[in-house]
Amino acid sequence: MTQPVSPPRDGTDKVTPVAEPPAWRTVLFRADVRTLSLLGVLAALIVIGGLTKPDEFLDTRNLQLVLTQASVIGVVTVGMTFVITSGGIDLSVGAIVALASVWATTVATQEYGFAGILFTAVIVGVGCGMVNGLLIAYGGMVPFIATLAMLASARGLALQITDGRTQIVEVQGVLDLGERDAYVLGIPPLVLVFAVVTVIGWLVLNRTTFGRRTVAVGGNAEAARLAGIDVRRQRLYLYLLSGLCCGIAAFLLIVLAGSGQNTNGNLYELDAIAAAIIGGTLLTGGRGTITGSVLGVLIFTTITNIFALNNLQSDVQQIAKGAIIVAAVLVQRRTASTT
Amino acid sequence: MPQFPSRRGLLFGTAAVSAGTLLVGCTSNDTGDKAAADKQPAADDKPGKEVTIGFAGPQADHGWLNAINDNAKSRAERYEDVTLEITEGSNDTAQQIGQIETLINKKVDVLVVLPADGKALTQVGLKAMRAGIPVVNLDRIFNSPQAYRCWIGGDNYGMGLNAGHYIGEKLKDKSDARVIELAGLDNLELTKQRTQGFDDALKNYPNIKKVARQAAEFTVESGQAKMAQLLQAQSKFDALWNHDDDQGVGALRAIEQAGRDDFLMVGGAGALSAFQAIEKDDGVLKATVLYPPTMAASAIDLARALGQSKGIGGLAEFEIPSSLTLYSAVVDKDNVDQYMSTGFK
Repeated sequence: MTQPVSPPRDGTDKVTPVAEPPAWRTVLFRADVRTLSLLGVLAALIVIGGLTKPDEFLDTRNLQLVLTQASVIGVVTVGMTFVITSGGIDLSVGAIVALASVWATTVATQEYGFAGILFTAVIVGVGCGMVNGLLIAYGGMVPFIATLAMLASARGLALQITDGRTQIVEVQGVLDLGERDAYVLGIPPLVLVFAVVTVIGWLVLNRTTFGRRTVAVGGNAEAARLAGIDVRRQRLYLYLLSGLCCGIAAFLLIVLAGSGQNTNGNLYELDAIAAAIIGGTLLTGGRGTITGSVLGVLIFTTITNIFALNNLQSDVQQIAKGAIIVAAVLVQRRTASTT
Repeated sequence: MPQFPSRRGLLFGTAAVSAGTLLVGCTSNDTGDKAAADKQPAADDKPGKEVTIGFAGPQADHGWLNAINDNAKSRAERYEDVTLEITEGSNDTAQQIGQIETLINKKVDVLVVLPADGKALTQVGLKAMRAGIPVVNLDRIFNSPQAYRCWIGGDNYGMGLNAGHYIGEKLKDKSDARVIELAGLDNLELTKQRTQGFDDALKNYPNIKKVARQAAEFTVESGQAKMAQLLQAQSKFDALWNHDDDQGVGALRAIEQAGRDDFLMVGGAGALSAFQAIEKDDGVLKATVLYPPTMAASAIDLARALGQSKGIGGLAEFEIPSSLTLYSAVVDKDNVDQYMSTGFK
């Protein structure tokens, strides 16, 4: 355990002056304050939901619903958190989800059944992520531009495959996965996947060399390179990882919606970035928190749920979402400057 | 750690190539179906003067718009005397203006334009009319009546009205009936018109109350998400009107997932999957209100009639009307056979 961890930490310590023990402890403390404040927001939302709609909101079915709705964007956000932590950005996540979901639901793919759909969704995601990664790491393109190009072309390809049509899934095994009968001890399979992705993501970011390298590249890429980290390969892997998450999310979306459509994953990039940022991941890189990102996703999903249960319309919903992003970031800046 | 780069590279390389080969074979969607059939012509069928019709529409990024293009093309093919000049669909106003100007310069005889944005394309409509090319404005209306010779389109208010009346008649004997609405994209005027029509119709039935309304985004994904929330919010209701059959696929999925079947559902637009569900009659979807994509076929008929200076068969006038609002018929189990061929995917 300690053996693979020590060399990169040495590397980062050499070049990042803030990483001395006391500073390191403040960082940890700060992260805790941040997580606690997010939990506070979530608790406040639960109180509001419980007060306004006690019967509908405080209900097992509603909990299942909120977690299910959070799972697709949640998986995307885990991948996005890694990319942002490394100082990058992935604007193509929504488009990749769309492309993977339509590619995996064509008539030809559906002939291969459950495995065919799952395999195609994941591989298309990874493939797009690889193209992003190669362009950014080895092609020297700015992440913003490379992934913007991927956004445009993946959406275009998705449209070309579907011709704008809704591709309905006929494979019963895939559809069954979204039904109540498939719940494991009351937990929907989609939520299980989300939980597993979150736990793996947390472990990888916090307990592995890969995670430490990611933080190091985001903190100071040049320093990381001098410390012996292959920055380019690290970047390639990070965009691959984001693509993989999109592929998994696309499969979840296929199960959830029972279909593939080129409009899927609309504005996921913004939702995922927003969730990661309010979670406490630095947009400039060097710091990332999976726990925060997941809390960010849950906060947004819970807001949507409370608004829908109270029959408030989408305009109010959007205004509130914007206000919460601003408030969360302001609170973070305060906590960051005071501690 | 880079001890075996070549072996690992080889492994991944081979895997990537074989996955790629497999995947490329998986993009086909061919089921061997033909485009929506359309039978009755609006103008008379006898061949006349050769007419070149220029057609410009938005990018076919959803099923209904795709059906618009298919209907226009297959209709034009049926006439020996019609040549169709069709542009690459675009949602970009500047690009669509350019495309229409190209068609004007090519001196087509008649233009059929479905603007990406009606108001923004008014000027180019005016330009065509001034150049002596009559314009048939399809569905999304120009700002000025001078910009088109004839407008043909659907009736959003009528959709809501007819959906409301259908539901009203079904529930009129039920006291304290509860109705919910799953609307389309809320920042479009057409969504407001549909909701207005629906509300106006329900006013005729004092026993019915609309208890909830949520707006989805015309996509399957949003339909599923919003419907799931609505079902959680309303443990009991009697009828649901969903503005759009595409998002209805998602809504039906949410209804199935929640295991609910204690209400009747009416859809909107007229997708093939909705028609098939109505015909099977084994779920909550009992009817759908049309917003017929066959209007593109009729627009070709009108353009041909304009080019040949004819009126519409069955009307007394020598000219075609300046405005045609199509009826938003309700399709249910009794008449679904008749409409099946017009359903879009």
